[in-house]
Amino acid sequence: MLANIRPVDERECSRVLAEATAAQTPVAVLGGGSKQQIGRPMHTATNVSTKGLRGITLYEPSEMVMSARAGTPLEQVEDALTRRGQMLAFEPIELAPLAGGEPGQATIAGVFATNLSGARRVKVGAARDHLLGVRAVNGRGEIFKSGGRVMKNVTGYDLCRGLSGSWGTLAVMSEVTFKVVPLPEDTRTLILLGLPEEIAIEVLCAAMATPFEVSGAVHLQPSLVSRLWHEGLRQQGQALTAMRVENLTKSVAYRSARLKEHLKAYGEIHELDGDNSSAFWGELRQLSVLQGSDAQLWRISTSPGTGPKVVAAISAYMECHAFYDWSGGLVWAEVLPTTDAGAADIRRVIAMHGGHATLIRAEAQVRSAVEVFQPLEAGLQKLTRKLKAAFDPAGILNPGRMYADL
Amino acid sequence: MSLVSLPEPDAAIVSRRGTIVDDLRRLVGAGAVIGDEDGRRAYETDALTAYRRLPLAVVLPASTEEVSRVLAYCHQHGIKVVARGAGTSLSGGALPAEDAVVVGVSRMNRVLEIDYMNRIARVEVGITNLGISDVVKARDFFYAPDPSSQLACTLGGNIGMNSGGAHCLKYGVTINNVLGLKMVLMDGEVIEIGGAHLDSPGYDLLGLVIGSEGQLGIATEATVRILRAAEGARPMLLGFDTSEAAGQCVAAIIGAGIIPVAIEFMDRPAIQVCEAFAKAGYPLDVEAMLIIEVEGSSEEIADLLSVITEIAKPFAPKAIRVSQNAEQSAAIWKGRKAAFGAVGRISDYYCMDGVIPLGKLGEVLVAIAHICNKHDLKVANIFHAGDGNLHPLVLYDANDAGQAERAEQAGHEILELCVASGGCLTGEHGVGIEKRDLMRVQFTETDLALQMRIKTVFDPKWLLNPAKVFPLEGRGVALEVA
Repeated sequence: MLANIRPVDERECSRVLAEATAAQTPVAVLGGGSKQQIGRPMHTATNVSTKGLRGITLYEPSEMVMSARAGTPLEQVEDALTRRGQMLAFEPIELAPLAGGEPGQATIAGVFATNLSGARRVKVGAARDHLLGVRAVNGRGEIFKSGGRVMKNVTGYDLCRGLSGSWGTLAVMSEVTFKVVPLPEDTRTLILLGLPEEIAIEVLCAAMATPFEVSGAVHLQPSLVSRLWHEGLRQQGQALTAMRVENLTKSVAYRSARLKEHLKAYGEIHELDGDNSSAFWGELRQLSVLQGSDAQLWRISTSPGTGPKVVAAISAYMECHAFYDWSGGLVWAEVLPTTDAGAADIRRVIAMHGGHATLIRAEAQVRSAVEVFQPLEAGLQKLTRKLKAAFDPAGILNPGRMYADL
Repeated sequence: MSLVSLPEPDAAIVSRRGTIVDDLRRLVGAGAVIGDEDGRRAYETDALTAYRRLPLAVVLPASTEEVSRVLAYCHQHGIKVVARGAGTSLSGGALPAEDAVVVGVSRMNRVLEIDYMNRIARVEVGITNLGISDVVKARDFFYAPDPSSQLACTLGGNIGMNSGGAHCLKYGVTINNVLGLKMVLMDGEVIEIGGAHLDSPGYDLLGLVIGSEGQLGIATEATVRILRAAEGARPMLLGFDTSEAAGQCVAAIIGAGIIPVAIEFMDRPAIQVCEAFAKAGYPLDVEAMLIIEVEGSSEEIADLLSVITEIAKPFAPKAIRVSQNAEQSAAIWKGRKAAFGAVGRISDYYCMDGVIPLGKLGEVLVAIAHICNKHDLKVANIFHAGDGNLHPLVLYDANDAGQAERAEQAGHEILELCVASGGCLTGEHGVGIEKRDLMRVQFTETDLALQMRIKTVFDPKWLLNPAKVFPLEGRGVALEVA
């Protein structure tokens, strides 16, 4: 029988996990469940949800810091920030709709546990770079903390970052404290159309190498442009290369003019102002161009200049539609469904070019059959297993979700 | 100073010193091993000079492979190892031990690759912090973290301590600027973490290793982000009648949505000493001063500084000085960057590195003054106001043993105050030996046990950088995952 446990406080969470360890009962750890279709399928009969741990516990806009209990909805966090003219700088992406789920289900701790960041990551850093402190319960049921509420902290080992990106396999977070930043006064997007991929990435990298603080740098293949929600752009029918400038209104005008001048050799540059610009990056945050498809989807991290080479190499093996983010360093690659999602070929390409690939969307049986997360080198794998044991010796937390033996 | 106790050296290891030195010479060549006493003496301390220990031997390897051989040998023979960059640690992080081999990375200082398209540099970690910026500045790029010791300190030491600097409010600290590491584990195994891409697969081992004070392994190579420099930067000075007003002004600036690239605070004693040294034009009739720097084009800078001036008005600044040219800017920063040296010219001092929430600045400064009065000592305060990192410099006379001990005691009380205010023991200098015994002020036994288990995962025999970070008592718990 499937049990759903929703602890109402940290102490209850501690008791639940201590009991699970004593009974060797594996548990699935979840927040809003918005990413349940990602990772290797697990065989757990018990869910431990953080949804009962809710509420913003600290918000000091002038210190750019907020604390919230783990299960606080991301929407609630962002609403509170917007009201005070602030935001999460790393622009967390929305994954649930990729697999047909409802948007708006994510919790704040789920964001940090998966370390999934959006377009602005290329300038400001990832979710993990904004996590200042965490309270959590490990597999033994022990309540621990790391970090704190201040911006700078090198006291002891940094377990916050250890937990970010661990997909609930090391501990159940109960409260997170994170850095927030002011909303930019204005935004503008510069767009070039129809560039070949190698050139497009060259443009994005050139833009990132200017002093104008480009805060988004993406390239969409034509097949994905046709899925944009923005009607004007959708109808272009050509590859789209976009860069974002954000700042005070006056600076945005100055910087985008300078950037246009800098890039004029690459072709005509179109602009999206204010709300139009926000809407465009808003839909990318929802991964609009990857929704509504049943193609299998990979998320590939590599060095920016290598992005087009990776896509070209994959395309030699299979049909592939690519959305480049992070000036080419993050590739979302849709491939036509096969029984292994092209894993063998894609991982061979990655091995040649450097980087790593995660299978984000595929049927459960495919995610059982192939490595969803990038297999680790032997040395890292050994450390990873020992770290898991240090936090969760009985292996009860999300067993098998990241790796079969973890 | 004598508050921190160091363990007795392992007599068996010390007695085998000659053999060990010979063995190390066979492993890496005689030229890379320092065995004589005068040579070892140069490595007996770091920037926390009150503590000195003559190391067993010093090895200066030239490659990852040599580091690996040395660590494998030491691991096999149960010999402790202390990694060392430039020895600029203010917390005793590089303090050797009589039964430990120092592995210095200073000879491994090559630039391996500069890739402007991908905005990364791959370097050996013995390169100095400023050395990285030096090789890319012709193209207007720089490496962002800028600790005050950046001329001397190595990237390796920065990785060990997760070093920050005055400009970290905008650009982050070491962890935010390192993408990949090659690292040698204590048993000699070489691992590579991350790479040239922005995020790593699996657990965030970079996050664990950076800032682990050389206790999990020795990094030998790093891939770091290099950033395009802003078009220009210019500071301004604001002087206030009270520290509270200065703190409130900082809160108002950030509250208005402006994040300057740096906001530095100095109290009256710090201003007086630094002005005497640097002739920077600091106002001498104020209780507190802010140095606020913004970046952009000249017009953007002028606009931002005038906005900040407006924001400051309700806090009644007694002095407002905007730098008019590069010379004035350099002088303003010279005063701040030379602050520790300037204070050092008039007195010995004990430099604290606590962090507090900005909103507590006023009350914390009052409490610090009270603590120092109680111990009959003077104090000057320097504060990275944007990020809450407070550096009280407790002044004392090193020739007076009583004063030295009182300074250390006052320092401990100040750090306890920082933690009680919602902050932490150390913002950028690290725990080292200095704050080791205060860790229980900030952490529970469970918190510490978990950190110690991670230490055991990487270094099961606890040979790397011994007697640092964790209180000496209660370490056994960590062995259970070995």
